Amino acid sequence: MSDVLLDLAGLTKAYPGVVANNDVSFQIGRGEIHALLGENGAGKSTLVKTIYGLVKPDSGTMVMNGAGFAPAEPKAARAAGVAMVFQHFSLFDALSVAENIALGMENPPKMQALAARVRAVSDQYGLPLDPDRVVGDLSAGERQRVEIIRCLLQDPKLLIMDEPTSVLTPQEVTILFETLRKLRSEGTSILYISHKLEEIRALCEAATILRLGEVVGSCDPRETSARDMAEMMVGQVLHVPEKAEKPQGDVVLELKSLSAPAPHQFGTALKDISITVRAGEVLGIGGVAGNGQDELVAALSGEMKVRPGMVMLRGADVGLLAVNARRSMGLLAAPEERMGHAAAPDMTLTENALMTGATRKGLESKGFIRWDRAKSFAAEVIEGFDVRTPGAENTARSLSGGNLQKFVIGREIMQDPDVFVVNQPTWGVDASAAAAIRQALLDLVAKGAAVICISQDLDELMEVSDRFCALNEGRLSQPRPAKGLTVEEIGLMLGGAHDMEVAHVEG
Amino acid sequence: MILEKRPQPSQRWVFAAPLLAVVLTMVVGGILFAALGKNPVTVIRTIFYDPLFSENAWFYRPEILIKGGPLVLLAIGLSFGFRAGIWNIGAEGQYIVGAICGAAVGLALYPAETRLIFPLMVLAGALGGWAWAMIPAVLRVRFGTNEILVSLMLVYVAEQLLASMALGALRNPEGMGFPGSRNLSQWPAAANKELIAGSGMHWGVLAAFIAVIFAYIALSRHQFGFHVRLSGQAPRAARFAGVNPGQMILICMGISGALAGLAGLFEVTGPAGQISIDFNVGYGFTAIIVAFLGRLHPVGILLAGGLMALTYVGGGIAQSQLGLPVAAIQLLQGMLLFFLLAVDVLTNYRFRFGQGETA
Repeated sequence: MSDVLLDLAGLTKAYPGVVANNDVSFQIGRGEIHALLGENGAGKSTLVKTIYGLVKPDSGTMVMNGAGFAPAEPKAARAAGVAMVFQHFSLFDALSVAENIALGMENPPKMQALAARVRAVSDQYGLPLDPDRVVGDLSAGERQRVEIIRCLLQDPKLLIMDEPTSVLTPQEVTILFETLRKLRSEGTSILYISHKLEEIRALCEAATILRLGEVVGSCDPRETSARDMAEMMVGQVLHVPEKAEKPQGDVVLELKSLSAPAPHQFGTALKDISITVRAGEVLGIGGVAGNGQDELVAALSGEMKVRPGMVMLRGADVGLLAVNARRSMGLLAAPEERMGHAAAPDMTLTENALMTGATRKGLESKGFIRWDRAKSFAAEVIEGFDVRTPGAENTARSLSGGNLQKFVIGREIMQDPDVFVVNQPTWGVDASAAAAIRQALLDLVAKGAAVICISQDLDELMEVSDRFCALNEGRLSQPRPAKGLTVEEIGLMLGGAHDMEVAHVEG
Repeated sequence: MILEKRPQPSQRWVFAAPLLAVVLTMVVGGILFAALGKNPVTVIRTIFYDPLFSENAWFYRPEILIKGGPLVLLAIGLSFGFRAGIWNIGAEGQYIVGAICGAAVGLALYPAETRLIFPLMVLAGALGGWAWAMIPAVLRVRFGTNEILVSLMLVYVAEQLLASMALGALRNPEGMGFPGSRNLSQWPAAANKELIAGSGMHWGVLAAFIAVIFAYIALSRHQFGFHVRLSGQAPRAARFAGVNPGQMILICMGISGALAGLAGLFEVTGPAGQISIDFNVGYGFTAIIVAFLGRLHPVGILLAGGLMALTYVGGGIAQSQLGLPVAAIQLLQGMLLFFLLAVDVLTNYRFRFGQGETA
C-alpha cells in the first residue's frame, strides 16, 4: 500500500454558466493534514461535496486506498470512511447531545450505550462534552464538538473540516488543533478548508490552492509565508486597508446599563451593557456567535425596543424610537444575515435600496415612492462600491455573497450615518471584497462618523478597531485600546477560558 | 429531467402561467365533460363563449358584472393580506356580517326617505366586515393564534348569525312569517340601483373598479404597498425596514374585512335584495381563487374576477341547457386554481433536460 489515501485526478464539474471545478488533481496522504485554500467561489465546496458524494463530477476519477471511489451519495462516502464537519451545524436545539448524534446514525445503539461511547471518545480526544446536555444551551465551540464526535464515532479514514475555526475562540482553536493532531498521529487524514492562513501554517503540512475552479498551486504551508499564500489565492497583490490617524471626537452614542430579555427561547439576554462611542473611532466587538450579537444590533437599530434611557444618541434618548426614526437621526445598522434580513432576496436592488434609504435619501414623499430616485440611489451604491451586477433591476439573490454584502454595506454608508453598527461585515466574503468593505468602514470613520463593528474574525477586528471589547453571554467587557492587545488577552476577554472550565467541570 | 431555480423570476411566465392554466383547465375539463357523456366542445363553448358573444349575450353580460363585482372587491381586499403572508380565509364571514350590519342600519330607519340612508348603510357594511375581521387579527397579534383557523371558523359563526337575523331580529314584520328581511332593493332610499339601466353596473361594481385602481397605486407607488410585499417576502427584512408586524396584520385584515363587508352590503341591497338564510353563495371563498388566479395583482384580479364570473354565468347556462351537474362547474373552477398553482412553478424554476445529479 502506498502512503496516499485519496488520489483525485482531473475532476471537472460544470454548472450552467460556471465551471466550479476544472481538471482538479491532487493527493491526500495517509495521516496528513491537507489544507484546501481558496476564496469564496473558488470551487472548494464543490470539490468537497464531490468527495462526500453530494455532487457527481462530470469527469475525472478518485482513488481511495488503491480502489476506485465514486460515491453516489453521502452514505456510500461514509461507508468508505469519509466523514465531514460542515461549516453550518445541523443540530436540533431542543434535543440532547446524545439524541442529536443518534439521529445521524443508521443503526443507533441504546441511548445509554451511546452516551458512554460519546464520553469515551470525548475523553480520548480531549473534547470535553456532556452527552446529556441540551444542544440549545451549548456554545458554538461545543456544538462543533458534537459534530466532530459524531464523525469520530464512524472511525473515519478521512475527516473533512469546512472552516472549522470561524466560530471558535482562540482557546477553543487550540483545543481543536490538539484533537486534530492526535487524529493525525493515529493515521487519520484530514482535509482542512480555511482561509485563515496563520492557522494553516500552524497545522497543515500540505496545501492545495484553488482559484476559479482550478488548482493554481500547492505548497508546504510551514515554509510559505501567509502573504504569499494569500496572493496565490487571490491572484493579485493584496491591498491592506489603511487607517488614518485622527483626533478623538465627541461622544455620539452612549449605552447606559442596556439590558433586555432574550427575544426568543434560544436567544441571548443583554445584561447591563454600558459603553460610550466617540465620533471618529471604530469600536470593535468580538465574541463567539450567539453571545448576544444579534440582540445588540437589534437593540441599536430599533428592531428591538428597550427601556427609556438605555440608548442615548448625541444625548437624546432613542431607546423607544422605531427603526426609521433612529435612521433619520443618523443611527444606521447592517445586520449579519444578508438574505432575508439586510436584503429581500426576491426583490430588485432598487427595491432593496428603498428598504432602508427611504427616509434619509428622500426616496419617498408623503408616503409615495419616488422610484426614479430609488433607482439612481441603487445605481450610486452599485457604482460606489463596485457591486458586480448587470444593473439595479436585478434581484438581490442573483448576486454573489460578497457582492450583496458590498451592496448592503454601501447602501448604509452612502446615507452618511453618524453612527454605523455593522455585524459580521465580511462574513463569507472573498478577500478582495473584504478589504474593500474594511476600507470603506475606515473611510467612513475618517469623515467623522462612529462605527461599531461586531465580528467573529479577530484579524478583522484588530485591523479596523481603535478600541476592542468582547461580548460574552450578553455582557460586554471593558473596552481596551486595540493596539498592542495579544491573542491571549483577547481570548481571555472573549471568555474562552471560562468556557473551558465549564466543560471540564461538567464533562 | 430536473427542476432548476431561476436566478430571476421569469417575467414571461408571470403572464403566461395564468393563460396556460386556463388552456389546461379547458382541455382537462373537456375530457371530464366527455366522460360525462357531453360534447366537450359544446360545453366549453357554452361556458366560455356564449355568455359573451352568443345572440343572447345581451342577457348574460350584465350577469357577469353582477357576479364579478363582489368577487373582485373581495379578492382585492384579500390580496393585500396574501401578499403580506396574512391568511384571511374568512372573507365569506366578513361579507355576511357586512351585509347584516348595513341592512340593519337601513332597516332601523325604515321607511324614511332620505338620500343619506344608502351612504350610511355602505359605511355600516364596511365597518361590520372590518369588525368581524378584527377578531382573528387582534387574537393573532395579542395571543399568536392562527388567523387561518379563526377566520375560517368565524364564517360558520357568521352563517348562524345570518340565520338568526333572517328568522329573528331582521325578519320582515309584513312577511307573513316567512324568513328573510324586507326587500331593500325595492326601497328606493336603500336600493343599490343600476347606474346604467340594464347594464348590471351597480354601485358595487363601481366600487370594485375603484378598489382596483387604489390597490394598483398603493402596491406600485406607495410605501404601504412596498411594505406589504416586503412583509410577505422577507419578514425580518420588513422589520428592518421599519414595518411593525402587528400593525401590518391589523391593517391588512382590516382592509380585506372592510372590502368584504362592502361587497356584502352591495349584494344585499342590490342583486340579493334582502337578508335571507341562504344569502351567501360562497363569493368569499371563490375570491381566494380569484386573488391567486390574478397573481395577487390588481389588474390580474380584475381579469380573473371576470373569468370566474364567466364560469359562473356560463356554468349556469350549461346547467340549464345541457343538463351539466353543478358539481362539474365547481370542479372546473377548482381545476383552474390547481393548474395555476402547478404551472406557477415555472415562474421561479425551469426544467433542465439531461443527466441529473444525486443530491
